[in-house]
Amino acid sequence: MQLSVWTYEGPPHVGAMRIATAMEGLHYVLHAPQGDTYADLLFTMIERRGKRPPVTYTTFEARDLGKDTAQLFQDAAMEAAERFKPEAMIVGASCTAELIQDDPGGLIEAMNLPCPAIPLELPSYQRKENWGAAETFYQVIRHLADKDVTPGPREGRKARANILGPTALGFRHRDDLVEIRKILQTLDVEINLVAPLDARPSDIARIGAADFNIVLYPEIADEAARWLERTFKQPTIRTIPIGVGATRAFISDVAEVAGADPTPALGDTQSRMPWWSRSVDSTYLTGKRVFIFGDATHAVAAARIARDELGFEVCGLGCYNREFAREVREAAKLYGVEPLITDDHLAVEEAIAEAAPELVLGTQMERHIAKRLGMPCAVISSPVHVQDFPARHSPQMGFEGANVIFDSWVHPLVMGLEEHLLTMFREDFEFSDEAGASHHAAHSPTQPTKVEAVQVAQPAEPANDANIWTSEAERELKKIPFFVRGKARRNTEAYASDQGRAQIDLDTLYDAKAHYAR
Amino acid sequence: MNAPTVIPGCSKPDEAVAARPVLRERGQREVFCGLTGIVWLHRKMQDAFFLVVGSRTCAHLLQSAAGVMIFAEPRFATAIMEERDLAGMVDCQDELDRVVTRLLDRRPDIKTLFLVGSCPSEVIKLDLAKAAERLGKQHMPNVRILNYSGSGIETTFTQGEDACLAALVPEMPAQASDAAKQLLIVGALPDIVEDQFLRLFDQLGIDNVGVLPARNARDLPPVGPNTRYLLAQPFLADTALALEDRGATRIDALFPFGAEGTTGWLHAAATEFGIDEMHFNRVVAPGRERAKRAIEHARGALEGKRISFLPDSQLEVPLARFLATELGMEPVEVGTPYLHRAHCAQELDLIPPSARISEGQHVDRQLDRVRADKPDLTVCGLGLANPLESEGFTTKWAIELVFSPIHGFDQAGDLAELFARPLRRRDVLEV
Repeated sequence: MQLSVWTYEGPPHVGAMRIATAMEGLHYVLHAPQGDTYADLLFTMIERRGKRPPVTYTTFEARDLGKDTAQLFQDAAMEAAERFKPEAMIVGASCTAELIQDDPGGLIEAMNLPCPAIPLELPSYQRKENWGAAETFYQVIRHLADKDVTPGPREGRKARANILGPTALGFRHRDDLVEIRKILQTLDVEINLVAPLDARPSDIARIGAADFNIVLYPEIADEAARWLERTFKQPTIRTIPIGVGATRAFISDVAEVAGADPTPALGDTQSRMPWWSRSVDSTYLTGKRVFIFGDATHAVAAARIARDELGFEVCGLGCYNREFAREVREAAKLYGVEPLITDDHLAVEEAIAEAAPELVLGTQMERHIAKRLGMPCAVISSPVHVQDFPARHSPQMGFEGANVIFDSWVHPLVMGLEEHLLTMFREDFEFSDEAGASHHAAHSPTQPTKVEAVQVAQPAEPANDANIWTSEAERELKKIPFFVRGKARRNTEAYASDQGRAQIDLDTLYDAKAHYAR
Repeated sequence: MNAPTVIPGCSKPDEAVAARPVLRERGQREVFCGLTGIVWLHRKMQDAFFLVVGSRTCAHLLQSAAGVMIFAEPRFATAIMEERDLAGMVDCQDELDRVVTRLLDRRPDIKTLFLVGSCPSEVIKLDLAKAAERLGKQHMPNVRILNYSGSGIETTFTQGEDACLAALVPEMPAQASDAAKQLLIVGALPDIVEDQFLRLFDQLGIDNVGVLPARNARDLPPVGPNTRYLLAQPFLADTALALEDRGATRIDALFPFGAEGTTGWLHAAATEFGIDEMHFNRVVAPGRERAKRAIEHARGALEGKRISFLPDSQLEVPLARFLATELGMEPVEVGTPYLHRAHCAQELDLIPPSARISEGQHVDRQLDRVRADKPDLTVCGLGLANPLESEGFTTKWAIELVFSPIHGFDQAGDLAELFARPLRRRDVLEV
């Protein structure tokens, strides 16, 4: 048993729902008790979908357990087939139904349904949401792909690609897809199929007609892409176009496989991020320490952007999905940090408090952690929140995605010129630095949140540290701008403790400053 | 109020009610399971912690039902069962001991711990009563450990609160046999509402009043043959039975929604405690008038409008009564997951005969009926609201009726407003 307060991922059948809900004409018959229907609201509320997820829950009760839950399943499946007339069905069990071992796959085989039915085995007590989505997508493709469909000769036609991975409840999948379509259009590559988002089972049948596959979200589509490589010999583009450098690499990779000229796509005049990053106001971003946590794909991409495109220093990197831990471990080596692979948000909170970054890039969980610790934060990955489905176009991928990332990561920080002015005026009596910067008052590290944060993170911390400061040093510390003061205090105290100094006076303060100078 | 003072829990229902046809359905239910009650129960009982013994689905449900992730360290958590627990590689009871010990070490502020059963724990027949007893012995007197089931195979949404309160009843101290007659208010109410009611009972002259659940779960009121209990919520069937096992007697009443419902509810108690009618009227009049005035703001939006309730919290019947009798709405269908005929007898009498009462759910058929009925307002769960809106129906989220203070005189206006707002919004929007 694992004690859990908040989870990064739902159970695997929620992953299957994300595939079913993304597609058209596919219906999911889920053997599940009452209550599991809560998952519908993820789609109708968080994503604001105007349609119910295409899921029929058998809704068995305690009194059915001694009797025939299998019959209940078959009745529900037949009724769903008649009412919704899907092109295909997926069938499976939620965690409770898995225990009663009715075998939905076997039951459905005996039923002679009017449409193909794909059995899913999603072990609820071992696996989680992303794995469930990947497995479902793979099974759907494996069962529905027509193996006789091939791309045919290349001569006299455009190259054709499948875009794999965008799904329901995905972090900015809707908008990423728009950017990828633009890039492929510029490269004169035809899109054979986008899946699972908006694809029909009959579309999936034609998946073999593409020359190659593009995997946008490996967490969801990598399993399927590997099968397609083996079965249809379709090469796979695995470069994730998040960030300017990665987008350029993606364009080159696609151009090479498609035999296209990458120049027009690479010359996109809407790519502002490089200049925004080079302009002088951004000088102040240099060396800002960022802590990055999310799904592996988004975390790795964020680390690369942080260091190479914004000049940040990566002081922490991790992911919650163990299936892709290897990628994060490799990246962590690159940045010289210890990878954090965990789905325990308390461990993440501890690591963030410990690293004391100047910016947190994470999920909605880390946004809350950062709020408590009084740190600026931007969200880079699922699990999603209603805020992650903005009304406006807001991609992460492509050059426009990089523009969006620049804004959404830099705005929570004190802006360059503003930082400069704050330093200039901090001695003025009109200026109360307790207020923090104008634009993130809500996040300013006020005393009450600090107290709470400390209680949450380290309940046993001794409270006598303040005593070792001489009043002179304490006064000097107050002259340091508020947004670095916390760090200065921590560094100085760590330095004093390392050096075995019983007191922190002015010399200790400045010795520590010299010690930590970068 | 001509109601008899005593009607035991599930005794013979009123003849008129029995004659009223109820549409019973079986099929897919679009409701939460009983675990969801933890979301409000943990806030009500400030010293209690709720540990669900279940699956990742349970944890995900709680997090999703809490709506926004609160992310403070809440007083609930899930002990997620894993493959090795089920494959018998470890003893589930040992694992539970380990988890509970770790939890109690971490949270010394916990005084009552509820082990909450879930669908998977029920199916594998994990004996949480045994675990609670064993762990209780270990951790007494610092922590009292209780158990109940919030599983979806046994409980629907608010029935989770029923199961939780029923588990508290045996813990209530016994009332001395010569104790003065005591009034017990049963059902979790927001503190502000509870205080309003306590003030009113005080002014009425009923001074021996207990509340279940108490704000402090260790501070339970006594119970015994001299206890008269008054249900504040319509979904407390098991709690009522448990109280009657302890000798308590139910005061039959309307539920305290709206000016009339609240008056009826208070009056039933006043009658039981022999409070003078003139005095009752004097005490209640100001609140009642305020409630009527507050409700009036919503009348324009609601009067003559047709409303359908999809089954959700079991509050549907009393709320339909409130909207019909006090705001002139026309209930088209009143769906409820479970209808307690005895507890809702007075309510049912006041619902116009034209309304279709339905119990249980077959969600697809019910949605077909909504499409055919075309009500002006449909009260439904979060999974159905946006889909219905996009079909052109105006909806009200049922869950807000559970999470907001809606009982009593001074919330009557807010309650009416919850129904009026979606209609008003529909009328003002020009996009």
